[in-house]
Amino acid sequence: MTIDLNASDIMGAALPRVDGPDKLTGRAKYSADNHLPGMLYGYGVYSTIAKGKITSLDTSAARQMPGVVDVFHHNHFTDKLYHVPANMAKGLKVDESRLPFEDDTIYYAGQLVAYVVANSFAKAREAALKVKVTYSEAQSVTSIKQARTAGVSPIEQKPSEKSRGDAEAAYTQSAYKHEAVYTTPFETHNPMEMHATAAQWEDGKLVVYEATQGVTFSRNTLARVFGLVPENVVVRTPFLGSGFGGKLFTWPHCIATAAISREVGKPVHFMVPRAQMFTTTGHRSATEQTFKISADAEGNLTSMTQHTLNSTSEIDIRVETAGRTAPIFYKCPNVDIANSVIQMNTGSPAAMRAPGAAPGIFALESAMDELAVAMNMDPLTLRRKNFTDRNQVEDLPWSDINILEAYDKGAAKFGWDKRNPEPGSMRDGKDILGWGVAACAWDAMKSSSKARVSFLANGKVRVSCAVQDIGTGTYNVMAQTVSAATGIPVEKVEVKIGDSDLVAGPLSGGSWATASLLPAVKQACENAISELKTYAVMDKSPFAGESEEDLTFRNGQLSSQSGTARSFSDILKAIKAGSAEGEGSTDGAMKEGYSSRVFGAHFVEIRWDPEIADLRVSRVVSAIDVGKIVNHKTAANQVEGAIVMGIGMAMFEHTEYDERTGRPINNNIAEYLMPVHGDMPDELEVIFLDKPDYNFSEVGAKGLGEIGITGLAAAISNAVYHATGKRVRELPITLEKLM
Amino acid sequence: MRQFSYIRAENAAQAVKAKATQANAFLAGGSTLIDLVKLDVMQPDTLVDINSLPLYDIEKLKDRRLKIGALVTNNDLAWHPEVKSHYAVLSEALLSGASTSLRNKATTGGNVMQKVRCPYYRDGVSPCNKRAPGSGCSAIEGNNRSVHAVLGTSEHCIASHPSDMCVAMAAIGATILVSGPEGEREIPFTDFHLLPGSSPDKEHDLAPGELITHVILDKPLPDNRSHYLKLRDRASYQFALASSAVIVSLSGSTISDARIAMGGVGTKPWRAYEAEQSLKGKTPSQSAFEKAAAIAFAAAKPQSQNGFKIPLGQQAIVRSLKTITA
Repeated sequence: MTIDLNASDIMGAALPRVDGPDKLTGRAKYSADNHLPGMLYGYGVYSTIAKGKITSLDTSAARQMPGVVDVFHHNHFTDKLYHVPANMAKGLKVDESRLPFEDDTIYYAGQLVAYVVANSFAKAREAALKVKVTYSEAQSVTSIKQARTAGVSPIEQKPSEKSRGDAEAAYTQSAYKHEAVYTTPFETHNPMEMHATAAQWEDGKLVVYEATQGVTFSRNTLARVFGLVPENVVVRTPFLGSGFGGKLFTWPHCIATAAISREVGKPVHFMVPRAQMFTTTGHRSATEQTFKISADAEGNLTSMTQHTLNSTSEIDIRVETAGRTAPIFYKCPNVDIANSVIQMNTGSPAAMRAPGAAPGIFALESAMDELAVAMNMDPLTLRRKNFTDRNQVEDLPWSDINILEAYDKGAAKFGWDKRNPEPGSMRDGKDILGWGVAACAWDAMKSSSKARVSFLANGKVRVSCAVQDIGTGTYNVMAQTVSAATGIPVEKVEVKIGDSDLVAGPLSGGSWATASLLPAVKQACENAISELKTYAVMDKSPFAGESEEDLTFRNGQLSSQSGTARSFSDILKAIKAGSAEGEGSTDGAMKEGYSSRVFGAHFVEIRWDPEIADLRVSRVVSAIDVGKIVNHKTAANQVEGAIVMGIGMAMFEHTEYDERTGRPINNNIAEYLMPVHGDMPDELEVIFLDKPDYNFSEVGAKGLGEIGITGLAAAISNAVYHATGKRVRELPITLEKLM
Repeated sequence: MRQFSYIRAENAAQAVKAKATQANAFLAGGSTLIDLVKLDVMQPDTLVDINSLPLYDIEKLKDRRLKIGALVTNNDLAWHPEVKSHYAVLSEALLSGASTSLRNKATTGGNVMQKVRCPYYRDGVSPCNKRAPGSGCSAIEGNNRSVHAVLGTSEHCIASHPSDMCVAMAAIGATILVSGPEGEREIPFTDFHLLPGSSPDKEHDLAPGELITHVILDKPLPDNRSHYLKLRDRASYQFALASSAVIVSLSGSTISDARIAMGGVGTKPWRAYEAEQSLKGKTPSQSAFEKAAAIAFAAAKPQSQNGFKIPLGQQAIVRSLKTITA
């Protein structure tokens, strides 16, 4: 049998979070909430210099303190840990490739240089203050400009997308052209939940409670680090307080905690302090993007050039793929994409919500606006004019694209037709209004996944998989899918996730978890129903003697042609079975002949009060085309949250380094500014087109965790230009840039 | 954090005695102290908890001054009817600071003692004359956009005073009552905080062992209108880039008295006496306000990243004056 999930009203229903009560009441246990019997507590000592060598490390005072068990540092574990070569297909990756305490070299400020273990957190912390480290310090570099001045050469990398045609020649010959440099700063993920690890060894088996976006990846990676078979590692993350990409892969503190737990023979607990979440657990690279764009007299794009230079660490090369959108999205015959990195003394960068696209579309959609201004054309008209229904690089049709409808619906709701294009022309009292628009786009991906569904004799259904809910609503997606497939109400569905011992699940990243889970869960339901039918015709079952083919499953009940109907619970009890099980799997393969993405458009109103240099976002209308919506409530929550994060990217977020010392100086959430409630727009409306993309998958639901942040900074910057006549190409748009 | 001993005092005399003989710091709401202890910037061996002292009252004195106990929380003070009706500028200033939960802990006396937000002071390792006298000032050639001053700076320290409450109190005029080993004494509010000069570690005019017991606000200006305007990057939960506390008394259509104080821009809560003088006897007008604002910032000295605070601070003053005289 095959089930049509979309036939059920549950698919799309705005149901509240099934994990909500646990989170509200504090029953939900996060990684740092795991205090195991006999547990010891770790606290880190972090380098205060950004480049150089450790010359001495005196642990004697710390070791003498009561309660202190040991202090670990660069002379430990030299031959006990193994490097992890990145292999996404095998679920192996670390973001900082250096192993903890590998040597006495300092690559960045805030690097873990020693690790105190004591019988309480307070004692470990106090002892950490008594570890005396001396260094020989070399001059560090912590900005692109400073690296250039110091003579650090950029290293060319594989371009984010393929180039085509002759962009330079076309640019030179075009009627309209625009060239500018757009920069985006270092940004820090700052999830609410701190990175944390609680590790325990039992009979050579490692159990880790880890704040991770991928229990399966984390399990595989730790197995590799410790030279174990993956079956001897368990990683558990039943709840995660967000990650934004910073918790995708294993960081040094996790490896160190597991290694130290093995050394001391006791479970060890470790939390990364907020200040070190600015150093040792990733950030978004700073970018500098040279963008050239040209059009013919009618506004047809003739060329685009996007050359991106991004910061990376001395330890790792990571490309911020800013050129991933321009080449595929607009119809344009000549495109030139290049990427390079420049190494400096920061911790290793990581993926951060819409990596590449968030900075890249800021440049692309700002440049489109600037071109429209140069042409005296409505910016939305320019975008419509250059629409294409094919991926321009792969030369394949989009599996579905409704961005023209998104432009229409967004514009209508926003009232775009009332826009006076003249900068500074729209006023309301003291405020000058600015209206801006930008397109947004992100990948639509799927990965392999398994799922297991069990009809239980107690009347409940359990669905399980080694996936994790990073705050996005995965619990609901799974519960609602089971409910849609079986007709059993969501309240009777138990979701068991966040444990690598369960059947393998996807990483929660790249906006692909939902799309990957749906087919596996559905198939698991189908197989569980088959098994139930097999049981149902056994001796002592109400349907004994009947044929499986004659049984129909509906709303948790089997019924036969004779009219007998029994719940699955009755059947299981009758034959004394605990459960009927089914496993499902998907390889995540895309349908051939299509390319898939998600698209949308942001319409933004800002208010600029020039007499007091006050800039606020007052309205955002976003029309989003991500296929079928599985839960309107959690979906809107994701996009609204991403929009607010986009406001932060546009106006506030900026990790500041002191270039003399290489230390981040606003390493706390008072001074690293992110939007607060007062910064939310008065009107924030997300319109989902809610059109299933059946060329993408059977259910037609694509991911939506990231798209909301893309394009938003450009829409704000374009609105700021409309209000003030000032074009800010250097994020964040702080008030002094407008004064 | 480091271990410390804890003493709970029952009255001011006990607290003062404990501080003089055994302790390094008083503990009230703890919203600055505990932060800095966690950062290892403050390292007290012994704290004297003063929360049992009877300093929670707000009392209107016969001469119409308002006597505020040092332990009155920021929220209680902001919402007190006397403050709401006669000192609106103070209520607004308090409510523009921190968050509700912090304001429920933070006290009047503690806010007067609030420490600077300079990242080099707070990081525990950078040269900082306030934290480690003689080590130098990292902010002058460092990152000094947001929490550094343009008024009252010295070559030894440029950190701005972070309090909103104190700016309003400087404008209103107030007296700080302290209790110490030598007995009680009064300190005029605007003399309490010291300019950094060559000794930025000496932040206020308190003798060792002295405890703030009350702040007494001057009687309100007759028929006053007042306003606190705080300008910052995000809408809430950020220290002022520039703020203004203004109070004006009008007789007819002329300004009979005016008070102006600024926050976020000065190394102490900054009272602009000359700017106030320039308004007296004037009819409210854009040009009079702009002139007063220019006078207020005449001596301002921009640092490498915070020059925008000079026009921004002036904008805050002009807008506040316009708002209350409109």
